[in-house]
Amino acid sequence: MAILINRNTKLITIGLTGKQGTFHTLQSRDYGTNVVGGVTPGKGGTIHEGIPVFNTTYEAVQETGANAAMVFVPPAFAADSILECIDAEIPLIIAITEGIPVGDMIKVKSALQGSKSRLIGPNCPGVITPGECKIGIMPGHIHMPGSVGVISRSGTLTYEAVFQLTQREIGQSTCVGIGGDPVNGTNFIDVLEMFEKDPDTKAVIMIGEIGGTAETEAARWIKKHMTKPVVSFIAGAAAPKGKRMGHAGAIISGADDSAEAKFRILQECGVTIARSPAELGQKVAEVLKK
Amino acid sequence: MNVHEYQAKDLMRQFGISVLKGGVASTPAEAVEVAKKLETKVWVVKAQIHAGGRGKGGGVKLAKSIEEVEKLSKEILGMQLVTHQTGPEGKKVLKVLIEQGCDIDHEYYCGIVLDRSVGKLAFMVSTEGGMDIEKVAHDTPEKIIKAHICPATGFTPAVGRKLGFALGLKGETLNKAIKFFEGLYNLYVSKDCSIAEINPLVTTKQGDVLALDGKLNFDDNALFRHPEIEAMRDITEESAQELEAGKYGLSYISLDGNIGCLVNGAGLAMGTLDILKLHGGAPANFLDVGGGATKETVQKAFSIILQDSNVKAILVNIFGGIMKCDIIANGVVDAAKEMGLTVPLVVRLEGTNVALGKKILSESGLKITAANDLADAAQKAVAAAKGAK
Repeated sequence: MAILINRNTKLITIGLTGKQGTFHTLQSRDYGTNVVGGVTPGKGGTIHEGIPVFNTTYEAVQETGANAAMVFVPPAFAADSILECIDAEIPLIIAITEGIPVGDMIKVKSALQGSKSRLIGPNCPGVITPGECKIGIMPGHIHMPGSVGVISRSGTLTYEAVFQLTQREIGQSTCVGIGGDPVNGTNFIDVLEMFEKDPDTKAVIMIGEIGGTAETEAARWIKKHMTKPVVSFIAGAAAPKGKRMGHAGAIISGADDSAEAKFRILQECGVTIARSPAELGQKVAEVLKK
Repeated sequence: MNVHEYQAKDLMRQFGISVLKGGVASTPAEAVEVAKKLETKVWVVKAQIHAGGRGKGGGVKLAKSIEEVEKLSKEILGMQLVTHQTGPEGKKVLKVLIEQGCDIDHEYYCGIVLDRSVGKLAFMVSTEGGMDIEKVAHDTPEKIIKAHICPATGFTPAVGRKLGFALGLKGETLNKAIKFFEGLYNLYVSKDCSIAEINPLVTTKQGDVLALDGKLNFDDNALFRHPEIEAMRDITEESAQELEAGKYGLSYISLDGNIGCLVNGAGLAMGTLDILKLHGGAPANFLDVGGGATKETVQKAFSIILQDSNVKAILVNIFGGIMKCDIIANGVVDAAKEMGLTVPLVVRLEGTNVALGKKILSESGLKITAANDLADAAQKAVAAAKGAK
């Protein structure tokens, strides 16, 4: 089962022929992902590393029946590529690109509403269902199939958590990097809901960061709806308060978005917290024993 | 990226937002020249630094004569201005803005910022302008009126009316305010701002609506399409080390501890600072080498860390995703050899090509302490920094 991606996922890479696009698509294919095509405008009709290339996403979907897209397009053009994927009605879009202007993502977020697509990211490591399908830039070999769901705003911290689990021989159902950008396609609650419904998932790790209110909203959702145990770490307790310009950011969030405040609310909502990122594996082992 | 108030006001003029007449000066003589051209009986001399709270710090003064403009400019230019946003060391004032005065009737607050919870821009106004607006938001949240802007329609007259009536404006002043709000929204979107804040926005006794102050901040990720904004960058306002790091795609923030950190990924970099503190250590910096780092950028990262004389130990914590451990290992070895590393070095590598990376480190002949996992790395780095004292 798992969530989002599995053996039946058919992937196209947008920006396939670029250096990063090529490298990570091949890594994903080596892991076992069914890569059916790629998109690079102007290179349609060619074959790249054994993968057919199309000029447009519409064409790629029509010809290959792809149901997932991985976006590796440079930041200046990435939003346009995501919009093309939405228009081509690809059910799952995973955007790896880092550095997309916020103004572009506000438009993408608006286009996603009422569409047939779900966007994961941008600025994320991607999604992996260990042993079945990998879409993204995470090192596949640190994962193992199992029953712990992982959701994270950070890439490398996700690897850290997964690595600790695998070392303890605790496998993962699916690992989802939702990305660190202020405007993204999928939030913690969306993924928590999927894990709650997934019979293969028995516990969840949620890795958050300082800033914003996504973690506190997730904490309140967990308290209300989640029956499975959740272990959480919030990065940034030791981060200095940034030099701020103006007050608008603090006013709009209307809440304390420090690591301390988030840890406190998570704990109040019944989440098991790990104060140190090195404790994540151990904490999950503890909640699974209960 | 931040700009100065005078630059923000130049941009506002381009979008039809009313601001007072004025000009910028770097010397008292220039200040006098600017003041003479303004038709006014009072002038305001305003220090131009990238920080708020300038008035309370003594950086904003009222002059009643040209002589006084000269005297105040002399005082303010070159002063080390300390506000609650500059830190105790303050910031040196290199420019002043000389503006005409005006007859203020009422002061309001007005700002635009992204509301992350809905992924839309939020327009906010308040009748409590000129005050500590965060305190207003905390104590009396009902006094902050918010309107989300739909990205498909953009600013609409209805949003303008909601905001204007909420401030109790009417007649011609209301119409001017709506035009003002629309201009500010257009400026925000056209120039890819990340914050636009006017505090105070004032109405005058003559019924005009004016921006008395203006803070604009821009999305660094969008600067590639705004060379005109990039040209406004004042490098004297930015940390030399952070700028240098930025050139190589490194994200560096100086801190006051003694353990230099070199980490890949912002989350893991933050997590590394957290775990060092949990183990009783004090990080000297936040440094994210990013996903696409090369041997050269790793070397550069090392040289930036070593420029900080407080550094007593260095912790390299790499979990290879996009990054390959062997590239990091080569960069670490080369940098250590070239720069004659004088402080203990703790390295923790994991991920893609980890075996090769570890081999390169162990065969380098350098004194490198290898760490097995995150907690081990933190403990060894903290011990190394303490031992080095």
